[in-house]
Amino acid sequence: MTAALLDLKGLTKAYPGVVANENVSLAIAPGEIHALLGENGAGKSTLVKTIYGLVKPDSGAMTLSGKPYTPAEPRAARAMGVAMVFQHFSLFDALDVAENIALGMENPPPLRDLARRIREVSETYGLPLDPTRIVGDLSAGERQRVEIIRCLLQDPKLLIMDEPTSVLTPQEVAILFETLRKLKAEGTSILYISHKLEEIRTLCDTATILRLGKNVGTCDPRETSAREMAEMMVGGTLHVPEKADAMGGRVRLSLRGLKAPSPRAFGTALKDISLEVKRGEVLGIGGVAGNGQDELLLALSGEMRVGKSMIRLDDEEIGHLGPDGRRARGLLCAPEERMGHAAAPDMSLTENALLSAHARKNLMSRGFLKWGKARAFAEEIISAFDVRTPGPGNAARSLSGGNLQKFVIGREILQDPEVFVVNQPTWGVDASAAAAIRQAILDLATKGAAVIVISQDLDELMEVSDRFAALNEGRLSEPVPAKGLTVDRIGLMLGGAHDMHVAEEVRA
Amino acid sequence: MIALERRPQPSQAWSAAAPLLAVLLTMIFGGILFAALGKDPLVAIRTIFWDPLFGEFASFSRPQLLVKAGPLILIAVGLAMGFRAGIWNIGAEGQYILGAICGAAAGLAFYPMEARWLIFPIMVIAGGLGGLLWAMIPGLLKVRFGTNEILVSLMLVYVAEQLLAAMALGTLKNPEGMGFPGSRNLKQWVSSANPELIAGTGMHWGVVAAFIAVIGGYVLLSRHLLGFRIRLAGQSPRAAAFSGVNPNRLILVCLGISGCLAGLAGMFEVSGPAGQITIDFNSGYGFTAIIVAFLGRLHPVGILFAGLLMALTYVGGEVAQLTLQLPGAAIQLFQGMLLFFLLAVDVLTNFRFRFGRREVKA
Repeated sequence: MTAALLDLKGLTKAYPGVVANENVSLAIAPGEIHALLGENGAGKSTLVKTIYGLVKPDSGAMTLSGKPYTPAEPRAARAMGVAMVFQHFSLFDALDVAENIALGMENPPPLRDLARRIREVSETYGLPLDPTRIVGDLSAGERQRVEIIRCLLQDPKLLIMDEPTSVLTPQEVAILFETLRKLKAEGTSILYISHKLEEIRTLCDTATILRLGKNVGTCDPRETSAREMAEMMVGGTLHVPEKADAMGGRVRLSLRGLKAPSPRAFGTALKDISLEVKRGEVLGIGGVAGNGQDELLLALSGEMRVGKSMIRLDDEEIGHLGPDGRRARGLLCAPEERMGHAAAPDMSLTENALLSAHARKNLMSRGFLKWGKARAFAEEIISAFDVRTPGPGNAARSLSGGNLQKFVIGREILQDPEVFVVNQPTWGVDASAAAAIRQAILDLATKGAAVIVISQDLDELMEVSDRFAALNEGRLSEPVPAKGLTVDRIGLMLGGAHDMHVAEEVRA
Repeated sequence: MIALERRPQPSQAWSAAAPLLAVLLTMIFGGILFAALGKDPLVAIRTIFWDPLFGEFASFSRPQLLVKAGPLILIAVGLAMGFRAGIWNIGAEGQYILGAICGAAAGLAFYPMEARWLIFPIMVIAGGLGGLLWAMIPGLLKVRFGTNEILVSLMLVYVAEQLLAAMALGTLKNPEGMGFPGSRNLKQWVSSANPELIAGTGMHWGVVAAFIAVIGGYVLLSRHLLGFRIRLAGQSPRAAAFSGVNPNRLILVCLGISGCLAGLAGMFEVSGPAGQITIDFNSGYGFTAIIVAFLGRLHPVGILFAGLLMALTYVGGEVAQLTLQLPGAAIQLFQGMLLFFLLAVDVLTNFRFRFGRREVKA
């Protein structure tokens, strides 16, 4: 083995309550495209942040080109030839490409020289980009090129890319891969983070897999099947709890060809989603963040109106109804973002209890609010879901993320929904509370509600779901029974091979 | 080093203390301003805050307090609803003018009929409706085309002023007015007059309406779903959408309430203290009410006190202009300072100072 460009030895970083990286070692050779794989929360971000100087490890050592490497801040990392393209861009829409790049430089050259260099780099690496264009007019792929060129202007030895293809079209992905191969040919190393196994198999030379903060293995992705990598990612044995089959009841909620543009910039449009959820059934929807989860929730909660016939609740078409109308009919939702979306940070817990429960819990009469009952309901949530707070009069923002999560989930579950949709139910919640929330979701289904759980946590989905489907670029795969679902099938459903024909070929 | 640190919870104590501290700071810096103008600051402050209530000529100035406070409170309560929801109606002055024009015109259409029980209520309704419809212009434009309600409502004030001049010189001009601009005097016609209800207090129907608005606004904000949604939309628009607030409907409702109350204020003014439509009928109540709304912490009861305080500076300012020859602009500056200091002190409700070095996070 040639001398490594970057060598990590025994990196450990612990945060209160969680060890993000535990004794992680890995080596990146010069001119190598090295994949970093793992589920959400496996410690990938912490590891690259350590390399980029954003996080200081508790213990362990790094060497870059044989010399000790301890970047105190990203500026030091950049000076030593480490560059990073983040998943979320930091660009100013109102400025042009050259101005944006100049803003990120220590000593920007005159804009005219810079524009010339941008053109040179963009031609050399096959990244078409006009330095005089206004960033606000660029597509997501073009914005990413701005970030990449910003990095390339520093002549990096190591380029870190965090989920670069999540915002790209297939054509843009092809262009990006060409560029990365050119960089590799010139001897630049690339650390490539992705969930998309097929991409990694076509692009990368080596893959390091993290699970629960530990390095669980290194492999050659060209020689390893997606199935094997998926197994390493989620652990050899996926715990599939014995769970009573859904009692083949009648369909409560059905989506028919649900299409909707995203209300946000850079959001993912929903493309022709169809599904059915029966009485007593839990449908798990997995997928990498940003593949339409938020949009699906907005469409179901009524914050985003869609075509009347696209959503049916029992025998009624409700796509055109707003949140009030849907709640009245028993369709309740809990969005992922608790602060500012599910709850108003500056309002008290009593007011936040009222926020979604005013109609179903009889907290008002003729528009006038019954504060006493609202307070009692807030107290009920606090005790039933073990929310740690001095009392319902406290502002939502004084609660920790996990506690607030328990509150907003509890608020919806205690309203006895007929159909319940939840996005990331246990995000940021400690293990025991997460188990309690999952149990509450299962109890809800046992009582006859239809439940959709959207999550990025595979273990969680396998624990609660009767059927499982994957959301990928706004499309939903055909739901399949979760019981007996093999690890490679999940990996393939999640990992980008969303077309089942391709999946069959890969397996063959 | 001094750093501002966000409080985990908004401080109740600072929220209440901020207006008082702002008044105090205004007195101090106003005093410095008056001293720079060559007046004795203590005498000036006393002239503004004390003499109108307890001074030698208080019997003349005291009724003026309610006369000035009435429209300020009425308008400010309406504005506070919108401001709470993050809907910025800056054009209450225009809605005030339109309320006056519509109210006066509706009354004068019946001239000289003697039927107060019919004509005065019609005028009240027309006044409220006039302000409401004028506020619907920025509202509908915002909902339909996404225009900025701040700019549109503000610019409509100048349109309203031109309309007022046209009315005073043309359509509503008193046919028996010897050619002078201005409408018939509504105060001198029993069917349309909005008289002083209790002699020597300045109390008229507009002041009664202001008190009703304070109570109604308080109940709406604290006990009604609409008020809850107004507060929610202002604090957290996405949470409001999740809760089921329709943002467009909320925009129209808030602009409608504030326009209607401003229109009512204009109508009560034109039929009472002002008496007639004139070219310079409007005197800036619509703008001053913005200060009153914030000084009162966008809370109806707070607005009641803020309106009285602001009226005091108006009345006191006039006294100071007469007795001390203070320039009118200095009085306006003084009132502006009040808002400025309030907003500055307000930071402390949500933030606190931290002295010493900030802890550097690893």
